[in-house]
Amino acid sequence: MTPPPAVLDIRNLSCRIAEREVLHDIKLTIEAGETVVLLGRSGCGKTTLLKCVNGLIPASRGEIVFQGRPVAEWDPFRMRRAIGYVIQDFGLFPHWTVAANAGLVPKLDGWAADALEKRVNLVLDAVGLPPHEFGARYPRGLSGGQKQRVGIARALAADPPLLLFDEPFGALDPITRFELQRHFLELRAHFHKAALFVTHDVREALMLASRIVLIKNGTVDLVATPGEFLSGATEESRAFLASLDGGRKNE
Amino acid sequence: MSPFLAREMLTLSFQHLWLVVIAITVAAAVAIPGGVLLTRRPGLRRSLLGFASVIETVPSLALFGFLLPLPLLGGIGPHTAITALCLYALLPIVRNTVVGITGVDPAVREAAVAMGMTPQQVLWQVELPLALPAVLAGLRIATVTTIGTATIAAAIGAGGLGVFIFEGIASVNTAMILAGAIPAAAMALVADEGLEWIERKFSRV
Ligand SMILES: Nc1ncnc2c1ncn2[C@@H]1O[C@H](COP(=O)(O)OP(=O)(O)O)[C@@H](O)[C@H]1O
Ligand SMILES: [Mg+2]
Repeated sequence: MTPPPAVLDIRNLSCRIAEREVLHDIKLTIEAGETVVLLGRSGCGKTTLLKCVNGLIPASRGEIVFQGRPVAEWDPFRMRRAIGYVIQDFGLFPHWTVAANAGLVPKLDGWAADALEKRVNLVLDAVGLPPHEFGARYPRGLSGGQKQRVGIARALAADPPLLLFDEPFGALDPITRFELQRHFLELRAHFHKAALFVTHDVREALMLASRIVLIKNGTVDLVATPGEFLSGATEESRAFLASLDGGRKNE
Repeated sequence: MSPFLAREMLTLSFQHLWLVVIAITVAAAVAIPGGVLLTRRPGLRRSLLGFASVIETVPSLALFGFLLPLPLLGGIGPHTAITALCLYALLPIVRNTVVGITGVDPAVREAAVAMGMTPQQVLWQVELPLALPAVLAGLRIATVTTIGTATIAAAIGAGGLGVFIFEGIASVNTAMILAGAIPAAAMALVADEGLEWIERKFSRV
């Protein structure tokens, strides 16, 4: 049996912004059900990589193949609707209800009203926001954690094969962050999507990743499972591991 | 007040309102799409807003005077007045449209694009609804100012409540001046309150 093609295949991708090579020769594949965590310091190019995948920034060399088809050949709008996207600052539409926000992409895809409503109820339930309680509310009345739950529901709504997360829990307090991280693992088991998850938090990477891709200055420094990552094979990975101790060694 | 004066006051009030409504409608039809366009062209934005600010500083009586000799736009009568009133109304509407759209939370715009909305969908479903309160505030400011400025239209034979005011000044008749000024002030107040009410209804967010 030949394995199905990877959901996402990044082949020797380089990317220039304003004459500077922000990403250099990135190679990466993601299969269904897998969470690949891009770990790296601020400014190392993580967001840029997600934007390349989403067709928001063109590749300067190499290519990205989504579902067997190069990103450059997709209709960009259709492709983005087939990829869920969650950002740190939520980006919910303040003038739309929670239900309307969650149903944005299926609505753009022209789903019938009853199918749309069913799907919105399903995803709101899945992220822990009972639709009868939250569906008619507006984002302004929600806590940060609830807003990001809506953000995740919105990303899941059109049942996309791939989800992109750009530091989705970075703006939340530690307790809420931990709740959402645990919830993320449940959702992953339930929905079995391919996910590309950006963070600069090594703890989060170890908790959520199937594989960690450590990025340093726009290049791949290390690819490792969380277990392998702990052995600290590169200098950059040791730098991240040192931050785990939080200086306890000095006590 | 004589029945003749009352009837005259009503006629001039309607004339006045008519000048304002036409001027604001035309100005809005130009300024709102223009404002949207300017948010797409930051370079053009600076120069055009600068130009509009300059127009705003020209004393209104002088602007009416400048327009008089121009073909099509100028000459004696209401169309010259409407042209001038339009020019004055443009700036607040354009500026508020630009401010409303550029004021949309960048995260909201980023999400809209990343979720696969086309530029048209982003404009109509996200940017314009969120900019609406600011656009309406621009319309209100423009309307209230235009109601005041339109009194000067009488100087070039365009009618309106300014007719009483100019006659009153010429004949040193305070009652006559008030017969023009009071309805104009009342009109401005009503427009201000009414448009503010609409604005509040649309700014639930
Ligand atoms: N629009 C831009 N113009 C110029 N430089 C940019 C732009 N966007 C990102 N960069 C640069 O590209 C690098 C990577 O940025 P980014 O992908 O946002 O990093 P990360 O998400 O890992 O923090 C940074 O050095 C940043 O300064
Ligand atoms: Mg980033």
